[in-house]
Amino acid sequence: MNQKYLVPLAVVFLLFLVAYTGVEGAGLQGFFGIFVPYAAVVAFFGGFFYRVTKWARSAVPFRIPTTCGQQKSLPWIKQNCIDNPNTGTGVFLRMVLEIFLFRSLFRNTKAAFNRSEKNELTYSWEIFLWVGALAFHYAFLTVIIRHLRFFIEPVPGWIKFLEYLDGIAQVGLPGLFLSGVVLLAAVLFLLARRIYDNKVSHISLAADYFPLFLIIGITISGISMRYFTKVDIMGIKELTMGLVTFNPVIPEGISGLFYGHVFLVSILFAYFPMSKLMHMAGIFLSPTRNMANNNRAVRHINPWNYDVKVHTYEEYEDDFREKMIEAGLPVDKKE
Amino acid sequence: MSDEIKPDALLDKIDYKTPTTDWMSTSSVQIRPGMYCYSANPKSLDTLDMPYSRKWNPLEEDWKLPENWQEIIHEGLKTRLERFRTFRVFMDICVRCGACADKCHFFLGTGDPKNMPVLRAELLRSVYRNDFSTAAKILNKFPGGKSFSGSRSMTLDVLKEWWYYFFQCTECRRCSVFCPYGIDTAEITIMGRELLNLLGLNIDWIATPVSNCFQTGNHLGIQPHAFKDMIDFFTEDIEEITGVDVDPQINKKGADILFITPSGDVFADPGTYTCQGYMILFKYLKDKYDLNVTWSTYASEGGNFGFFTSHETMKRLNAKMYAEAKRLGVKWILGGECGHMWRVINQYMDTMNGPADFLEEPVNPITGTKFENAKSTKMVHICEFTADLIKHDKLEMDISRNDNLVLTYHDSCNPARGMGLLDEPRYIINKTCKEFYEMPENTIREKTFCCGSGAGLNAGENIELRMAGGLPRANAVKYVHEKFGVNSLCCICAIDRAAFPALMEYWVPEVDVIGIHELVGNALILEGEHKRETDLRMEPLPGVEQTKEEDDE
Repeated sequence: MNQKYLVPLAVVFLLFLVAYTGVEGAGLQGFFGIFVPYAAVVAFFGGFFYRVTKWARSAVPFRIPTTCGQQKSLPWIKQNCIDNPNTGTGVFLRMVLEIFLFRSLFRNTKAAFNRSEKNELTYSWEIFLWVGALAFHYAFLTVIIRHLRFFIEPVPGWIKFLEYLDGIAQVGLPGLFLSGVVLLAAVLFLLARRIYDNKVSHISLAADYFPLFLIIGITISGISMRYFTKVDIMGIKELTMGLVTFNPVIPEGISGLFYGHVFLVSILFAYFPMSKLMHMAGIFLSPTRNMANNNRAVRHINPWNYDVKVHTYEEYEDDFREKMIEAGLPVDKKE
Repeated sequence: MSDEIKPDALLDKIDYKTPTTDWMSTSSVQIRPGMYCYSANPKSLDTLDMPYSRKWNPLEEDWKLPENWQEIIHEGLKTRLERFRTFRVFMDICVRCGACADKCHFFLGTGDPKNMPVLRAELLRSVYRNDFSTAAKILNKFPGGKSFSGSRSMTLDVLKEWWYYFFQCTECRRCSVFCPYGIDTAEITIMGRELLNLLGLNIDWIATPVSNCFQTGNHLGIQPHAFKDMIDFFTEDIEEITGVDVDPQINKKGADILFITPSGDVFADPGTYTCQGYMILFKYLKDKYDLNVTWSTYASEGGNFGFFTSHETMKRLNAKMYAEAKRLGVKWILGGECGHMWRVINQYMDTMNGPADFLEEPVNPITGTKFENAKSTKMVHICEFTADLIKHDKLEMDISRNDNLVLTYHDSCNPARGMGLLDEPRYIINKTCKEFYEMPENTIREKTFCCGSGAGLNAGENIELRMAGGLPRANAVKYVHEKFGVNSLCCICAIDRAAFPALMEYWVPEVDVIGIHELVGNALILEGEHKRETDLRMEPLPGVEQTKEEDDE
């Protein structure tokens, strides 16, 4: 079991070292600062597009939402419009709650069996996975948006405002961003859960640990650059602006730590489309959530519906005519 | 039944701690008696021209597979990935967060980690990654790559594992409620079973009902004259109890409504009492409102075990409903109390076998209510229909006849999570009996627990699996039994009515099983009926014995 997380951990370490030494030792700034980021972005968008079109090309033969509340039926029975939507608006609301608030995960319970005289199975509300997941995703989103300041000049006001909110704790200098701390804490929680929760550990693959370590590596390298080693921020902005304006330059004096950080981010981008991280796009296409439960009211068309051999009434009556007549059941043909 | 595992022994086995070994490496599956169903009778596969019919035994090493079976599976997977977006997306996006792990009744009852929905799906996903994921294919070239990418080649051991665990899932969709992406294990199991059927690997408890249904019109293989015999028999019983001949109509052309219910209601106690409830209701509506409802012997099955075989088989069996409605020239179809039957009707029928343009948009002629939610499929659930009648005060009832019942209500999986029929049955219960208590919140409505015997697993030989899988449901019944003195478990599913008596006897022996329309049948006051002394089970009505004694004095 150990190697399921030790190998991905070692791989992430190694990847970081490759970039760090590649820059500090072999002077491969151009490779790690220009070629790899471009390639990663191409892989990300290409792969993302490829995967989503592959999904979209698969048919949706049946309308099979999972209904999680009262259906629309008689006018005096109160429908649960969101968890069992029968209109596009309802579906939209359901999807918004699912995507932005992880509504299904919010329902999570934990079962326990108490072998005693009562032998009770009990279920308690289990909120931690939801909290951890929500904290992780929103912190990550904030971090990503903050990083847009490296790709836009002048930095728009709304990014500055977000930075202001993120740094509202006003601790230390440079001011501490909460998002970084929350991100690291959340990702460590998710990792701990994977390792120490018996069931989750059993189902985890190396492919589940790898992105976690990658993100941990990215977060730690990012935090050290900002708060501890104090990299050349002006140089970095020159480099990132060069990338985004397709005039790539490699300014002097940027530390290897930065290239390690960028390399891990690039790996994450390139790895994204071929991994489970695609749940980001998949959730939009999940037929059990994104369809209305109105199948009895509005006919759904199956694009590959084909004719099948059935046992017709005529064949049936041929099999049983005499017995039917004898039993006094009506028949279509009398003999 | 003597070698059956005792409840205490079964409870002793429950341990949610997972083994420390890798699930992928424990690939030699121990197929254990009590946990699996017998293989399909080859004759039953032949009825529907299903491939590779043969005698084979799951316990034997050799499953007598066709030589190119791996190729068949690979091609089958490929076709299904193209045909079902659900399948392709669900293969790709699971993050293994574990939210589903302890939501499955089979996991809760057995503690077997491969009954965690996520692992059940991973059994298939591991092969999918091996065969269809480019990233995994590249990784697999390195030593240890397979373990890293989570891929497995399609070996005989893997196939046996599929068979064992895809027939330990009742397609109840409870896990899908909790999954943040809505991944539906029912969908995975459906695909898994379709693939197994490509190799002739069905179980007999599904294959034979399917064959029967195709040939004779119902799962139990009741021929038309025998079907009529059963109905006649109920008619006599009802006459004895009420003094009224309910005179049911069968295969009647020009009736207003065609009624279809699972054949289990016609054949097996306690479903038979629910069936008598329908018959009393139809007689009442005919006398009072001149509404003609007919039964059919050709479409004498509401359930559809084809759904547990393949999409194609489901369509072949379901076709009878519309065909018969058309032949008889009815206005619309009314459907009885059943679970998976309603998933098929609500989410598949119109798409597969519609449009039903020869039927009318369903309207209740007695109340004038338009069933807007069924205007395309043209099939109405009897609970929607009866609730509407009661709401409009169209049924005269004496609900004191149900006074000896202390009820709780089990939401059947499919009407709950594939439809959302939750409050209609509760409304009828509240209007037909006085004492009703809900089971704990996490075990009802969309979070309801399966009976443990659905999706074709209600056989005798897998009794340990059924009792273990039914434990979470039974445990909740036991809770209300002890707390409120509940003595009857009400349900709207024929499989429930077949499965629960054994489950209750095993875990909560003092609780009976009852259908909603049995409550209605007991309470309805028919025109010209004599004073009833017993309920539909021929047991004395509340207060009757006492009155008799008083009379004697």
